Amino acid sequence: MFAAAALALAGCGGGGGGEEQASGGGNVTIEWWHIQNIEPMRPVWEAMAKEYMAAHPNVKINIQPIENEAFKAKLTTVTQSGKAPDIFQTWGGGVLAQQVEAGLVKDITQDISSWSGNFLPIAAQPYQIDGKTYGIPYDTGMVGFWYNKKLFADAGIEQPPATWSELIDAVKKLKEAGITPIALAGKAKWPGHYWWTYLAMRIGGLQSIQQAAESKNWDTPDFVAAGQKLKELVDLKPFQQGFLGADYQTPDGQAATMGNGKAAMELMGQWSPTVQKDTSKDLGDDLGFFPFPTVEGGKGAITEVMGGGGGFAVGADAPAEAVDFLKYISTPENAGRAVATGAFQPVVKGIEDKVTDQHAKLVTENLGKATGAQLYLDQYLPPAVGQQINDSTAELIAGTKTPEEVAKTITQTAQSE
Amino acid sequence: MRPPALTDERRRDASHASRQSGPAGEGTLSRRRRRIRTWVTIVTFILPALVLFCLLVLAPILLAMYASVFKWNGFGILPQNFVGLDNFTRMFQDEIFLGDLWRGLVLVILSLVVQLPLALGVALLLNQPMRGRAVYRLLFFAPYVISEVIAAVLFTMVFSEERGLANRVLDFVGLDALQSTWLSDPSTVMYTLFIVMTWKYFGFHMIIYLAGRQSIPNEVIEAAAIDGANNRQIFRHVTLPLLGPTIRISIFLSVIGAIQLFDLVWVLTGGGPVHASETMAVTMFEYGFKRYQVGYASAISVVMFILSLVFALGYQRWVMSRDTQGAITNMRDQR
Repeated sequence: MFAAAALALAGCGGGGGGEEQASGGGNVTIEWWHIQNIEPMRPVWEAMAKEYMAAHPNVKINIQPIENEAFKAKLTTVTQSGKAPDIFQTWGGGVLAQQVEAGLVKDITQDISSWSGNFLPIAAQPYQIDGKTYGIPYDTGMVGFWYNKKLFADAGIEQPPATWSELIDAVKKLKEAGITPIALAGKAKWPGHYWWTYLAMRIGGLQSIQQAAESKNWDTPDFVAAGQKLKELVDLKPFQQGFLGADYQTPDGQAATMGNGKAAMELMGQWSPTVQKDTSKDLGDDLGFFPFPTVEGGKGAITEVMGGGGGFAVGADAPAEAVDFLKYISTPENAGRAVATGAFQPVVKGIEDKVTDQHAKLVTENLGKATGAQLYLDQYLPPAVGQQINDSTAELIAGTKTPEEVAKTITQTAQSE
Repeated sequence: MRPPALTDERRRDASHASRQSGPAGEGTLSRRRRRIRTWVTIVTFILPALVLFCLLVLAPILLAMYASVFKWNGFGILPQNFVGLDNFTRMFQDEIFLGDLWRGLVLVILSLVVQLPLALGVALLLNQPMRGRAVYRLLFFAPYVISEVIAAVLFTMVFSEERGLANRVLDFVGLDALQSTWLSDPSTVMYTLFIVMTWKYFGFHMIIYLAGRQSIPNEVIEAAAIDGANNRQIFRHVTLPLLGPTIRISIFLSVIGAIQLFDLVWVLTGGGPVHASETMAVTMFEYGFKRYQVGYASAISVVMFILSLVFALGYQRWVMSRDTQGAITNMRDQR
């Protein structure tokens, strides 16, 4: 019985391996894991895979659309066997770097050199590590303030704030008018880290973050100052009631609070309007967008953006057809089809006119003006450090840690990595 | 453990075999053959279960123990960076993990002091003849059947501070003073979590108490009543002692459950706000699947395993010894 089981196992292993190795003419199977498990992108990519298979009869593409968080857990489990899917979702940054180090990801710098020039540099940057390319983007974007124009007007705020002190003033005015200024998902933690990261970017400039990441020292005056500015805001009690227990995408979460007009603004990424539509009655034309304000005396410019999108990495043992398929979905025509759904921002040059949604356009405009970009810190850094930043900023916002303690804890975690 | 009788028999066999170095006697041979056949039967029946047990239970435990002495991010096939007991020393300096132990203890104590007596009370009440008894039993038991995740999602809505059912109802019936921040404040989250746990699990304990109560013969209680004992005395000196074994097993399940609590907390609060409701299992998941520190997460899982094991063995040895006595000692006597 043992022998039979072993044989069966060996059979599976051998068969799978053989198929994957064969490329250039022979039959090939491509395992594709992506996280667009809902409309509108799921059917679009399914159609593209079918078209590709029709044009290449020897290629079979197995698509696995998996929900975001489930994908992370599933990938971790699979990669412990030393293998990754042929094409899989990545956000770039620190997690990708760890996967590269473990030999799970293919260096595709050469394979895509003939067409990688089509990508917008800001979109492609997260997947480049030490001058080599380990993935391609399919979506890009930025975090900024989504605000309720009507509530701003009710509170007598005429212009969206362009500096931190204007933002603080706006918060005070909104409070006086009896309006909750800011929606925040305290339970989810990651939305809180946007505040701290942007403040650090505006105070110390982009290079201060790169410096901290390299030297593993986050305990510098710039980062402490970022914490102090955030604390200054927190002390005004600007968030909705019960925000510490609020999640992002639930019926009483951050997106719903914002979309139901219960708060005047939120700091969130390009997906915000879509999620609001999904969880609440939707603000429509009342929803506006402005970039994170500058901080007086800070080194960062208002055109430096923090954000990210999504991309695909290629497994180390993947057949050449996997890269060829990525080329297929990245042609201006196919990337344009994806952008036209309103789900993604353009990652390829020359398809900006495909953006039709009014809110997506706001993001595209701001991205077009960008002079520098920083990936979300919880993706950019090694996962342990990224999660520590999420954790520590959550503690700062809850009032249990001081800005100094936050900077120290993050440094400790970074140095023990 | 093997009964001594069998061991002696075996030893005798062994000495027989060594003495008869020539051709073996007919009797011994057939006996040995019979014995081999018995063993083949035993092995054939046990092997499938044993293989599965080794693959699905023993191997993961050993693997976790192995990983717990490495610094490992979980990528690649096996860990390389040996760090000895560093993960364990780190754990006992980790505020969050120490907090987990404390919170676990709080949940255990609350369960023992509030949840189990409540379950006992309801069980005794539902043992009385009354109309709709079966419906009540079903209602109280129903939460236990619902999955933890569904229960948790339900209660995130009930205890939502602004829009939740709990605060709305309290407002409606004029008990505004009892309104709370529930899950969104570090100081109230543990009690809210405990309310949900009680709602979810007291029905299970109620059912086993009910079963225990029904196995007590009515004659005993009648006899006590005839001897002039009042209700309180009957409960204190007859029902309660005879329910002893049931209560002890329910305490046991309750404590083990508290040590391993995960799903409910994960969905309800994610361990927050600011770690105020985090349990060991949640911390383990955070480190393993969010921070990719699989070595450290394995170390936490090993400590959870050891805690459960030590408690289980100690409890069975010292507290439940009388309950398990019949099962083990009688068998030995009968051999």
